[in-house]
Amino acid sequence: MTAIQPDLRKKKRFERLTDAQLLTIISGVIFALMFAIAVLSIEELKRPGITFTTVLNSSCYLIILACALTVVMVGGGINISVGGVICLTCMACAKFLNESGIEDPTLLLWATFALAIGIGAVFGAFQGALISYLEIQPFIITLAGMFLARGLAMILSGGGNIKVDDANAFTKWMGDAEIKIQALGYQREKIRGGKVVAVFDVPAVLKWASIIAIVVVIVIYLVMRYTKFGRNIYAIGGNAQSATMLGVNVKLTRFNSYLLSGALSGLAGFVFMMLNGAKGSSGTGLRTEMDAIASSIIGGTLLSGGVGNVIGSFFGTMILGTLQSIIGFSGLQEAYWQQMASGVMLGIFVVMQSIILSVRGKGKMSLPKWLHLSKKKSGGAPDPSVI
Amino acid sequence: MNAFMKKLKGGVGGLAMPLVALGVLLLFNLIRCVVTGSWSFYEITIATDEKGSILSGSLISIIYSASALAILAMGMTLVTAACGGQDISVGAVGAIAGAFFVIMMHPQHEVQMSTLTSVAWPNVILGVLVAIVAAVVFSLFNGMLVACFKIQPMIATLILFSCGRSIAYYFLNNHLGVGSIKLDDPIIFAMGKVIPGVPIPTPIFVVILMGLLIWLIFKRTNLRLYTQAVGINQKAAQLNGINPVAVKLLSFVVLGVCVAVSSVVQASTLGTMATINQMDGWEMDAILAVAIGGNALGGGKFRLGGSILGAYTIATLTKTLYSMGVTSESIQAYKAIVIIAIMAAGSPVVRGWFVTVNNKIRTLTKSARMKEVD
Repeated sequence: MTAIQPDLRKKKRFERLTDAQLLTIISGVIFALMFAIAVLSIEELKRPGITFTTVLNSSCYLIILACALTVVMVGGGINISVGGVICLTCMACAKFLNESGIEDPTLLLWATFALAIGIGAVFGAFQGALISYLEIQPFIITLAGMFLARGLAMILSGGGNIKVDDANAFTKWMGDAEIKIQALGYQREKIRGGKVVAVFDVPAVLKWASIIAIVVVIVIYLVMRYTKFGRNIYAIGGNAQSATMLGVNVKLTRFNSYLLSGALSGLAGFVFMMLNGAKGSSGTGLRTEMDAIASSIIGGTLLSGGVGNVIGSFFGTMILGTLQSIIGFSGLQEAYWQQMASGVMLGIFVVMQSIILSVRGKGKMSLPKWLHLSKKKSGGAPDPSVI
Repeated sequence: MNAFMKKLKGGVGGLAMPLVALGVLLLFNLIRCVVTGSWSFYEITIATDEKGSILSGSLISIIYSASALAILAMGMTLVTAACGGQDISVGAVGAIAGAFFVIMMHPQHEVQMSTLTSVAWPNVILGVLVAIVAAVVFSLFNGMLVACFKIQPMIATLILFSCGRSIAYYFLNNHLGVGSIKLDDPIIFAMGKVIPGVPIPTPIFVVILMGLLIWLIFKRTNLRLYTQAVGINQKAAQLNGINPVAVKLLSFVVLGVCVAVSSVVQASTLGTMATINQMDGWEMDAILAVAIGGNALGGGKFRLGGSILGAYTIATLTKTLYSMGVTSESIQAYKAIVIIAIMAAGSPVVRGWFVTVNNKIRTLTKSARMKEVD
């Protein structure tokens, strides 16, 4: 036995980390680095508690979207309809809030919540059925799904935007939906004539939307790691044929992953409304699907499936959010610098991931001949495709 | 006839899928014409104005408006076949190519120029050439990531998708002080719309030209064989002596040329070049055209004619919906439903049902047919 299998106990700790874990740790480390850079170098961002909560608040719906995408990408598929579903959800909920006639705010809240998740789940189920049972390419179906969702949103609104009456109980409730954490904040002193006249408490504000996002990340992490369904998704992403031979119901699992992804996009739409007010507009969620894909990739999810982690996607979204804050406050006024920086960041990450994975796998990089690097020896690292 | 039918069914559903889709749409329009009594959809008239006479009618307008998309679909097919993935940066690279096209036509540095008029011939040719070079350079960047670093094409092109338009805006803004510019010049008009005296709009000629060029390349070189080999099984192709990195890079070069030509045609037809809007969302339409054309999105065998037909199918669909009076806000939803229907009808599962049904019919009628033979 020991003659054939290398003795794993003697291997260094580093080599026992799987690819997925390594990529997640890298994304976490990069996030910590970027956060440190932001806090230390930019004046407006120098209070870490407030910066962290601000970035978290502004990107919480993206976190949920990235989770939605990670679930599907780990299963080997892709879902680019998430932005469209957000638009449809916002529009439908705004219309519902305007016309439902429900007075009780709690009931209204839960009804809207159920409507949002319901719309997302129905969309996800529809796409999942086509992809899984009719075996059509996921890219095309979810692309058509994106057009369909935006089209339906347009039909609902009659071509314009829907604004919800400000006196609505839901809107009022949403405006107060936050927790103030003084411990993460700071105290500002008002100085007049050289003497401290008053002390203001400036707390860090954590919106309930962010709390929902964090709860979603934790729940999905637990689902992916400790439930049969989660394990099955990794299995079909890694090798669908092997999974079939092991008795996994590939079609049902794939269908369920799209259903879950759709429900999460509906939830992301609800959270988006919590952040930006209950209104439907045609430009909602435009391009967010690409941001969500970028966040998942940065977080270590492989497009080919079988490798991925929602914790990594969380870090990926926060990295992009921190980057936007750095650029926004660093004096580069042009709008296009932000996009360019996100693109460059994604590029660096993608190349770095590819290099790391291929170095781990073979000990040398498969670059063209004119780009030689010194050869490294790796003494039999474990198979990188094992989770 | 048998050889023709075989060719139709060959490959991944052959040309059957786009032809059937196009056929259904045209049949639907035929029925609508018969029902409403007005043949306006199928009319081809000659409209005459002071610039000369041109053919006009719904059919001509479909072929005319889908020209730029058809050229783009040609390049996208090649990249999809060789690399097994999609290039979603073609819109952004098109914006960059368009920006360089405009910059080269007005080489002097100028601030806040809003309309480009009176361009000289050599500048136009220079503009087209520089646009092609720029698009090829950026496509090669994508190609390097895909071929050398073995990154999935969709992820690799996501980078340029995010920052390509910003790059285009940066160049255009630096040179001419604006982000969008009107093109109002007789030469550009001739390129994009109609050459005075010729009854057919110019972009149709450009499509035919590009198609002939690529057909010639396929006929005289091994590119088609190598591309399909690399797409179907890269390792096997490599063991057979084909260099997959070179083939993939070449496919991206061809895509770059197609993107540049498509962008120039689009800008000339529209009469404006705006970096924000240039070919916005066209990457998705191009991928749709490739898929409707019966090509496997995972790479391998491809039919260029299928993608061109796919592009025309999308244009026919849009035109049909508009002529039915569908409001512009509902168009997206209907388009999506029809595309889902087309893809569902062409899916392997549904095709399997057809085969089963076909076999059943043959078995049931076997005794009847055998009696006829006797």
